[in-house]
Amino acid sequence: MKLAKKMKILAASVGTVATVAAVMASGPVQAQAKEQFFPSLTYRTGAYAPNGVPFGNGYVDYFKLVNARDGGIGGVKITFEECETGYATDRGVECYERLKGKGPTGATLFQPLSTGITFALTDKVFKDKIPLVTAGYGRADSVDGTVFKWNFPLGGTYWDAADILIQHIGKKEGGLDKLKGKKIALVYHDSPYGKEPIPLLQERSKMHGYELLLLPVTHPGVEQKATWLQIRQQRPDYVFLWGWGVMNSTSIKEAVASGYPREKMYGVWWSGAEPDVTPAGDGAKGYNALVFLAPAGQGQVHKDMIKYVYDKGQGSGKAEDVGEVLYNRGMVSAMMAVEGVKRAQFKYGKKPLTGEQVRWGLENLAIDAAAIKKIGFEGFMNPVGTTCVDHEGAHTGSVQAWDGKKWHITAGPYESDLQIIKPLIRASAAKYAAEKHVPVRDCAKDASS
Amino acid sequence: MRGKRNLIVLFVALLAGLIAPLATGASSAGFWVEVLLGGLMAGVLYSLVALGFVLIFKASGVFNFAQGAMVLFAALSVARMAEKMPLWAAMLLAVVIMVALAFVIERLVLRPLVNQDPVVLLMATLGVTYFLDGFGQTVWGSDIYEIELGIAKEPVMILGNLFDGGILINKDDVAATAAAALLVILLALFFQKTKTGRALRAVADDHLAAQSIGIPLNSIWVIVWSLAGVVALVAGVIWGAKLGVQFSISQVALKALPVVILGGFTSIPGAIIGGLIIGVGEKMAEVFLGPVMVKAFDLAGGGIENWFAYVLALLFLLVLPEGLFGEKHIDRV
Repeated sequence: MKLAKKMKILAASVGTVATVAAVMASGPVQAQAKEQFFPSLTYRTGAYAPNGVPFGNGYVDYFKLVNARDGGIGGVKITFEECETGYATDRGVECYERLKGKGPTGATLFQPLSTGITFALTDKVFKDKIPLVTAGYGRADSVDGTVFKWNFPLGGTYWDAADILIQHIGKKEGGLDKLKGKKIALVYHDSPYGKEPIPLLQERSKMHGYELLLLPVTHPGVEQKATWLQIRQQRPDYVFLWGWGVMNSTSIKEAVASGYPREKMYGVWWSGAEPDVTPAGDGAKGYNALVFLAPAGQGQVHKDMIKYVYDKGQGSGKAEDVGEVLYNRGMVSAMMAVEGVKRAQFKYGKKPLTGEQVRWGLENLAIDAAAIKKIGFEGFMNPVGTTCVDHEGAHTGSVQAWDGKKWHITAGPYESDLQIIKPLIRASAAKYAAEKHVPVRDCAKDASS
Repeated sequence: MRGKRNLIVLFVALLAGLIAPLATGASSAGFWVEVLLGGLMAGVLYSLVALGFVLIFKASGVFNFAQGAMVLFAALSVARMAEKMPLWAAMLLAVVIMVALAFVIERLVLRPLVNQDPVVLLMATLGVTYFLDGFGQTVWGSDIYEIELGIAKEPVMILGNLFDGGILINKDDVAATAAAALLVILLALFFQKTKTGRALRAVADDHLAAQSIGIPLNSIWVIVWSLAGVVALVAGVIWGAKLGVQFSISQVALKALPVVILGGFTSIPGAIIGGLIIGVGEKMAEVFLGPVMVKAFDLAGGGIENWFAYVLALLFLLVLPEGLFGEKHIDRV
């Protein structure tokens, strides 16, 4: 009798535990089933924090906005997790490994905001089947989707940027032929990022006959006295600045200290935000930089951001920083990721999607003027349309100048010369494919996969 | 004897390297002087940070890896407090903060580790570095902050009649050099002429002997860490006014490492002369040697400024293991 009672209690306990376990197990699955997970690789500390913070704020704030305003992407809530990389490649890879398997379907995609981390992750994403979106940075040759199936340098590469700068100064001089005999100095961050435009500038140098001076600046870029002494000695006609973080403001300060005219300085789009110019005060007046997707300013999406996110105390930064260059760029980067998922949902349904499914969406992006207006980005970006062959989707850029208080668009938009860039892309991508034994896709057969 | 000969060879080689751009006609005299001046001015600032290392090493035998973090923390404190009060008040308050920090470090880090191996104390200061870097940015923020000393940033041209094109110098560089030089003189006077300074030197020479005649070791440590904090504050304000106050200045402070290796860990004159040699050496190398190396060896290019400072320090180490002015270390076997 006693034994029977014990057995009953045991059976009841086992049943209860099993039921609780089943509920617990199914609970998260049901909750997770409606979530799309986005890892956010940021740098909020360290030498590059002044630029990493506004970008990171814009990036995650846009996800919050989509959840609050639209109820997620097609009803699927966005979840995200930040991981601090400090702009260091090793930490970036560590973040990738930690976050790639999170969420019900794994990481949707990665946006590392570092060319160094991009180089390190490019080999990995082939195996893990996770898209690597590098809007305006990363490997220029990854435009070629036949080789770089998982990379998406959406909206612009450094070869576009360098090409547009040459076109612009050629126009200023009265024609590209007038560049013959001129001196152009490239002051660059001595890293994969800073070195990326060199092949294009060398190619253009052969074509137009200008002399290219290469002046590397070592990380983090606060020691530039020697660089600017060389500029003073060589007296280049133009200085192109390929810096990031504190290197940019230091360059402008050193230009002031060595008497180099800021009007002859042109920064890439990562050297043209508020934290780059404000530390130099009035000395930065007249400095120029490129813009590719998102200039400073506010539009409908910013109004929504204030209404749905900041007014509810959910903003990541200060409301007055909404609309700054890097905040907008972070927001646009998140938007393109969201649009990639939306596009993929057309094919795979409104459910959490895997990285492989989202890759299809990114490869078939069609963000035209009407779509831009609909999502509130009118005036903040140009249309982007990707294909199997072209993972970039847009090749335009404008020039902006700093007046001491604000950025103003002064020239453009320019379209980069694909006749020059495409052969470089093809050669570099083919070299990568041969070295890494990557199969080259036939887009006629493979575009839908 | 052989050591002396090697030292002479090294100095002759460095001197030859220094004047090579002039002798070969690779540079005009004016530009060469400008590079030299730029190097000397940078060198004075390196000396200033190196002094902080030397002060603590002399008094306690601890290699304070946290000196760079202290520079950043002090500069961040001044920059953020100066937003709410006059600069002089912010600097005074920052001195109080640095002294308080010295107390905390002595009480929580150094005192429990008395009589431990130097490597344990080095690791402890490494811990202090990470704490201060993170704590400073958590409390004060990680943006670029300004310290405005009111000195014009525009360059001035001097000696136009002597050199073609003149020599370009910056008023803020000159002011920074003057401030650094003044601090060095004050520290030298403090060590030579005051009772506390002599006590510090006594502790540096022999801990046990100093204790036996009644010099309190704990107070001496607090004093020396406070002094290093004040040196960090001056360095932080000067660097911050020049570059903006941001995390990177803690890394610039690590430039003081080759300086102390070269000058000797226990010598204040060593820190000064070492700073000047490193400053001039790296600027000359970056401007004149870098392009030559790229052309001669068909290299990919790249800044040599940072690693050249360490090469220079290593060259000196090969000839003088204790540095230029370091105490000779003799072991009986």
